[in-house]
Amino acid sequence: MDYEKKDIHEQGAVDNRIEEIALDDERRIKVLSPTMLVFKRFIRNKLAITGAIIIGFMFIFAFVGGWLMPYAEDQTFTKYVDMQKDYAAVSVNRDYKYTEVEGAKFPLAARSEFVLAVSKNGTDISSDGIDYTIEKLGQDFYRIYQQTDIAVATKVGKNYNISITGDVGKGFEAEFKKALENGDTQFTSGQTTYVVIQKKKTFHAAISNPVAIASKYMFDFATADADSGYEFRYQAELAMNEVKDRGGKGTITFTANGKQYEMEVEDDTAVIFAADDYNAVYANISRYIVQATYPDVFLSIDFKTQVKELISEDASEFIFTEADGTARRYTIVRNNEQWNIKWTESTLVFDDYHSPTWAHPLGTDGSGMDVLTRLMYGGRISLMIGFIVVLIETLIGVVVGGLAGYFKKHMDNALMRVVDVFNSIPSLPLIIILGAMMDEMRVDPQARMIYLMVILGLLGWPGIARMVRGQILSLREQEFMTAAEATGISATSRIFKHLVPNVIPQLIVICTMDLGNIILMESTLSFLGLGVKFPFASWGNIINDVNNVFVLTNYPFVWIPAGFCILITVLGFNFVGDGLRDAFDPKMKR
Amino acid sequence: MRKYILKRLFLSLFILFFVALIIYTIMRSLPTSYVESIARQRANLPGSKSFTEWMDQLNAIYGLNTGIIQGFFQWIGSAIGGNFGDSWYYNIPVTQKFTQVIWYSFALGAIAFIFELLIAIPLGILSAKKQYSKTDYAVTVFALIGISLPTFFFATILKLVFSINLGWFDLYGMVGRFHDQLTPLGKILDIARHYVLPVITLVCVNIGSLMRFTRTNMLEVLNSDFIRTARAKGLPERKVVNRHAFRNTLIPIVTIIGGALPGLFSGALITETLFGITGIGRTAYDAMVNGDIPFSMFYLVFLAILTLSGTLLADILYAAVDPRVRVS
Repeated sequence: MDYEKKDIHEQGAVDNRIEEIALDDERRIKVLSPTMLVFKRFIRNKLAITGAIIIGFMFIFAFVGGWLMPYAEDQTFTKYVDMQKDYAAVSVNRDYKYTEVEGAKFPLAARSEFVLAVSKNGTDISSDGIDYTIEKLGQDFYRIYQQTDIAVATKVGKNYNISITGDVGKGFEAEFKKALENGDTQFTSGQTTYVVIQKKKTFHAAISNPVAIASKYMFDFATADADSGYEFRYQAELAMNEVKDRGGKGTITFTANGKQYEMEVEDDTAVIFAADDYNAVYANISRYIVQATYPDVFLSIDFKTQVKELISEDASEFIFTEADGTARRYTIVRNNEQWNIKWTESTLVFDDYHSPTWAHPLGTDGSGMDVLTRLMYGGRISLMIGFIVVLIETLIGVVVGGLAGYFKKHMDNALMRVVDVFNSIPSLPLIIILGAMMDEMRVDPQARMIYLMVILGLLGWPGIARMVRGQILSLREQEFMTAAEATGISATSRIFKHLVPNVIPQLIVICTMDLGNIILMESTLSFLGLGVKFPFASWGNIINDVNNVFVLTNYPFVWIPAGFCILITVLGFNFVGDGLRDAFDPKMKR
Repeated sequence: MRKYILKRLFLSLFILFFVALIIYTIMRSLPTSYVESIARQRANLPGSKSFTEWMDQLNAIYGLNTGIIQGFFQWIGSAIGGNFGDSWYYNIPVTQKFTQVIWYSFALGAIAFIFELLIAIPLGILSAKKQYSKTDYAVTVFALIGISLPTFFFATILKLVFSINLGWFDLYGMVGRFHDQLTPLGKILDIARHYVLPVITLVCVNIGSLMRFTRTNMLEVLNSDFIRTARAKGLPERKVVNRHAFRNTLIPIVTIIGGALPGLFSGALITETLFGITGIGRTAYDAMVNGDIPFSMFYLVFLAILTLSGTLLADILYAAVDPRVRVS
């Protein structure tokens, strides 16, 4: 009312300047169209204008913003993270390592027998029906022979009863007998040397072949394809033992497989050079085992040498430069008799919960997506769902309400009971049930969004139908309807061309308010994880992250903006709806 | 009057019948594979009945092997007798679970409602008395913010500020860690402490509409002829507002309060879920999300009954309180 007084006052001020005009002159009366009047009243309402600005901003933010943003809706960002990873492990070797002769076998069962025998200083073992002899070559260094029986002799009186099982040359029997009578432990027949073994009352003549060496020393080779076979190791260890016997320090040469090597021994370690290349280390011998954690990594001998040295010095960190010049920092972590060597490797991971920066003004969310971009696309979806649902609601509501209001009596009664029924169906629980069902059935996210809109629309129309019916009940008694009836037009066009347009102001108000409510409802459902689903963004499902207390506490930049977007948008719609109601109905003034 | 009430009561039962039918139809139309998978899932829980037993129970109580209409009448027959079947999720009869949890919800709803009334009505009247003043704008904005606040967002902010940053309240649950060691009074205080944040959430979210309603009605009364008469005969403004205007504003307010009373039993689904209050809302939410059809069915019908009785109560109160309506 105040505003209208002000209107007249302003017009008066203008008119004072044109004194010649008569009081009832047409020019004095400024005629405004009803729409213009509503518009003028609307823009005088500060709250309504604030609401309109908010909504305008939200539309630009959602629809233009998403289009301007350089990122896509479901674009994920990644980063490199330095992670400490196990690179190698070092331990002191306390077990025998066996090197088998090419083609020969020293099975697992025999190995355990060997360990038992060595601890008791025994020399003969047998496993699985095969006899072995152990020859001690040095400290913790043994050679194992396999005995293959060729002949068996049984003593009968003074005579020996010999039965030959293997393939032997001439004169074998005589030699065997001679050896038996002399009590020799070995004899030669032809070019083969046989050993004589007594087992209870029988004597066996057997060929003795080396099958393996056992040692506690570890060999590290410079190249993966180095000669690491039995012969090399046997000769190397033999040479090393010789030096140790001489005093533990010194240089020695040895030959293996026709190649000459030189070895420098110092206490428990030895370095071997190939005779044709003294610059590069060929192999290392020590008690340490250096193993790469991943099988595809070949540790260079320089690396191993350095690690061994550092471990004996108790260092905790070192930098090693590879042959190709790349230097890396390693850390050594000691764990009893084990040393773990770790290196920092940069790994590609999702850049999740990144704090706000210029590239990501609101940071990134739990999937490594830009929060601002998600907000924009979420706004699009939330607003679009709001408008489509309101459209469905209005269509059903206007038709039902219009028919009920116009036809009265039975039609009215029946339709209003339908409205009552729909009004009594609890919508949020029902949608939760349907959402949970869609979860179970793994409905496609896009189809889900459409179902959501349809369900929300089908459950939301009773309010609109009631309002339309109420308005039409009073409008249909007015004179213009009598006139419309007199022209003889059909009932349908009387309802939808003459009555419904008169309800439009109230309809706009109720729809605006409803838009806010639907956005709230949709965001609540999405928050519960039952509405709009990943990969689609919605303001509700952005906040969904707070179900994780860690996110709730530490990353408020992920969920607070989304919450404010919902609040501000719904508030905007409520302000505008409120302002529109006042503008359409100045008598009531809220 | 009695005839009117009886007529409305009959109508409400009639509507309830159809609401139940629609809900039942929706429940029955859920794909059977889903029902079966849920039954299988339930059967796999330790101490549960076997799969066939679950399916038999389904067929027996919900008549899944019969037509929808026949099954509905079977369901409604046992429901009238108070038998809503066994909850699939809680493994006890639905009504038993309901009686266990409903009072927690009622307490939450009732406390919040009292606060709402105490704040909303005075503020609504104040803003109507000083229409277009700064106070009026402030109250209007406050009310609209309350209406526009997403419950889950507001609850989360409260948790962040009061539970995490200030550490005054627990994040979840109805009782503290040492609840069992407290004295009886201490136990009550402990529960009260856990109700503070949920009550604040509910009050802030729901207060807006009541405030707006009070204001609109007060304005309507203040603009009416008898107030002008009262002012014209020289009554002090205080008397005009407090005696004449306020009493007449009470008519619609009492109506709406009456209508809201059944709603106190409906439980606050989101608030209860977020704050870990094991009321009917949260219980029903867990049941619904886990595909507990008997409990969901019961909860939906229960809510429909509450809505209908709310409308009924409001209409009857309106007729009872306002003599002008009673005539027609």
